[in-house]
Amino acid sequence: MTQPILEMRGITKTFPGVKALTDVNLAVMPAEIHAVVGENGAGKSTLMKVLSGVYPHGSYDGEIRFEGAERKFGTISDSETAGIIIIHQELALIPLLSIAENIFLGHETARRGIINWFEAFRRSVELLRKVGLKEHPNTLITNLGTGKQQLVEIAKALNKKVKLLILDEPTSSLNETDSNALLALLQELKAHGISSILITHKLNEVMKVADRITILRDGKTVDTLDTSTAKVSEDRIIKAMVGRELTDRYPPRDAKIGETILEVKDWNVFHPLHADRHLIRNVSFTVRKGEVVGIAGLMGSGRTELAMSLFGRAYGQKISGEVLIHGKKADVSTIPKAMAAGLAYVTEDRKTYGLILIDHIKHNVTLANLDGVARRGVIDDFQELKVANKYRRDLAIRSSGVYQTTVNLSGGNQQKVVLSKWLFAGPDILILDEPTRGIDVGAKYEIYAIINGLAEQGKAVIVISSEMPELLGISDRLYVMNEGRVVAEMPTPEASQEKIMRAIMNSWEK
Amino acid sequence: MSEVTAHSEAKPDLLRFIKAHIRDYALLLSLLAIMVFFQFTTSGTLFMPVNMTNIILQNSYIVIMALGMLLVIVAGHIDLSVGSVSGFIGAVAAVMMVTWKLDPFLSVIACLVVGAAIGGLQGYFVAYHKIPAFIVTLAGMLIFKGLALTVLGGASVGPFPREFQLLSSGYIPDLFGVPSFNMLALLIGALVTAVIIYFNYRERLNQQEHGLAEEPDIIFYGRNILIAIAFIGFSFLMARYKGLPNVLIVMFALIALFVFLTTNTTMGRRIYAMGGNEKATKLSGIDTEKLTFLIFVIMGALAALAGLIFAARLNVATPKAGLGFELDVIAACFIGGAATTGGVGKVIGAVIGAFIMGVMNNGMSIMGVGIDWQQVIKGAVLMLAVFLDVYYKNKAR
Repeated sequence: MTQPILEMRGITKTFPGVKALTDVNLAVMPAEIHAVVGENGAGKSTLMKVLSGVYPHGSYDGEIRFEGAERKFGTISDSETAGIIIIHQELALIPLLSIAENIFLGHETARRGIINWFEAFRRSVELLRKVGLKEHPNTLITNLGTGKQQLVEIAKALNKKVKLLILDEPTSSLNETDSNALLALLQELKAHGISSILITHKLNEVMKVADRITILRDGKTVDTLDTSTAKVSEDRIIKAMVGRELTDRYPPRDAKIGETILEVKDWNVFHPLHADRHLIRNVSFTVRKGEVVGIAGLMGSGRTELAMSLFGRAYGQKISGEVLIHGKKADVSTIPKAMAAGLAYVTEDRKTYGLILIDHIKHNVTLANLDGVARRGVIDDFQELKVANKYRRDLAIRSSGVYQTTVNLSGGNQQKVVLSKWLFAGPDILILDEPTRGIDVGAKYEIYAIINGLAEQGKAVIVISSEMPELLGISDRLYVMNEGRVVAEMPTPEASQEKIMRAIMNSWEK
Repeated sequence: MSEVTAHSEAKPDLLRFIKAHIRDYALLLSLLAIMVFFQFTTSGTLFMPVNMTNIILQNSYIVIMALGMLLVIVAGHIDLSVGSVSGFIGAVAAVMMVTWKLDPFLSVIACLVVGAAIGGLQGYFVAYHKIPAFIVTLAGMLIFKGLALTVLGGASVGPFPREFQLLSSGYIPDLFGVPSFNMLALLIGALVTAVIIYFNYRERLNQQEHGLAEEPDIIFYGRNILIAIAFIGFSFLMARYKGLPNVLIVMFALIALFVFLTTNTTMGRRIYAMGGNEKATKLSGIDTEKLTFLIFVIMGALAALAGLIFAARLNVATPKAGLGFELDVIAACFIGGAATTGGVGKVIGAVIGAFIMGVMNNGMSIMGVGIDWQQVIKGAVLMLAVFLDVYYKNKAR
């Protein structure tokens, strides 16, 4: 039996408060396409960051062997020198430089700092031919589509003498033709002895090209399947991906569901910069009083874009569709108007969009409703303090006091501050985007309890989450989104993770 | 209630408090140290009544513009045009009052409106077209420098009508007949002191009631005694010369207004929030574009006021008026602890920063330091102040 080119043994990686990887094993054979699959948050990206040296040797436990020797990568350039090259979902190309300049960035064909452009040009032509990209090396990256940009990334990797290529969700933003071309290229590289690790959600692609499949779940390796020997089916993979025992606990839910509060009809949104990219297509949904509605889907399925475009057109352009609140047509064209109509959107990215990190809890809690603690524009300091203290107590925000700067709070407590801000704004409809992302299990339970409490007060709650067990545990009804469409709707009691995954996969294969 | 008991049980630790607030006091102490230093090196000239009055008159327009600049910087922007705009407004004022012989009062109002409109125009591009303020106001700086020349036809225009001159050269008249001593000035000083201490005391009582009084007693009383000494001492010095200049009253009123605006109003809070995280602020339902626009309008109006004061002081509008003011104004804000990244900065800090620059200018001039070395030293002080600020911020982390 041949020796694996890469062996990762017993990798354990801990972040403060969270164990991201536990004893993960991964072996990649020479000239093999190895798929790594798992739900969002299963630890795929963390594993690849360990491998590529983003998390340096010493910050994790376990051993990495590459080409038979133990490797201790301290930086990304260490792993690149060894021949391990990662291509991220967000491409690392400089848009306003040419293909050739990008391919040789950091590895210029230069003598004493003076670039030999003739040589660079000659070699780019050669590399572009290898990856099957018919473009002039002087073309600017910004003039290429995403599919072609991927090929440039691979050409760049080839120039660095790649032995193991890692692709993180390479086809998530490609159309079918480009995806197929990319997969064909991987197979060709394989014929030349280059191994790849393919991280993807698209199981049909996995079935098409992968020689072996490693499945991660909750930061652990749950299975490695060999597509040539064993009978591997998509069902088998899905089961392994999601088949966890429900160790997460959810507070008991006694739903009292009333009349429809929010109704969205034929909602369409285009990308804010690329007016021809149709991101949300004819989405319609309803939410009722006292109901918790979950929106499931993979990353990039358009859930956040849907939510933010509804919330005062905070995202996208050429937005069309109708919003009815309490049966009446509502104007949600700006954020203040959306708030006045009773909407609140709690962001998935609390550090960028949720908090004033340099400011303390008190100021953050009242920001969305300053008029609630002010008279004629003058803030009543003590009224504000009372409000902040109330939420700190009600939501159990663990802190030294309301004057603690929010940057120093843990993820769960930061989330509670953002929630407090929106609760104080007094909305009827709350859209919670990934409300438990990056939060430990205990705090998750508290957040679920808060969500339950909101529904009990008669608010309509929409929860967007990539964690399917969470949606199954806390919602009353589910919508499944994929590629900007609602592809399924089901009452939660009838839903299962397999059903959700199946709905997503089916919509792709169409 | 738990916080109340927790606070009254745990005695506020004096040293810990000083450590936590060292940055607030360091600035004021630096100003005092600089003043004492120059008091010696100028053999007692610095604190002479006539010189103190001069320092106020010489720096009032910088201080007034620093108030607006602080808002701009806290909001995460910059305004390079304020010097040119103030010069341009001085020129417009001269044309209105001297050439056209318009009513001084109406001219002043018109000038302030023009200033606000200029600020609004620049703010419009910054806020609604997302053009970096650096670029917009750099363009403004060139444009209004040129327009000032055009308006004046390349020559100086003056003198101004007497009523207008009073803006800078007038004093609050005395009501008492004490020879060579302006009793009213001292009384106003004492009254202001009393009001400030009353408000401080009331806030302290309020804090104690809510269990929030962090400041140890000794610092609270010490601080208020120092305030009293500074204000009464200052008005005593002023009283021994001609009394309180009109400009001083305008300046103090504006400082008080801006302190109130930044610390007590929803608008102030929103500016700090916007500077801290614009995206989050916008998503909290705050019209960040309108807010940015308004800040530039305020800056424009203040630059206009500063231009008027400067023109009234020189009693002539020259094409060179306002040249380089923006640098002193921006330096004042950064010396005063404002952060280039936005979201951080205090009005009082900017005012003290302006006076640190002003006292240094004044002191070095009396000492006979050449203008060349004055620039070098001022630059070094700016660098040092910001370096210390950043250094201690990183250390505290």
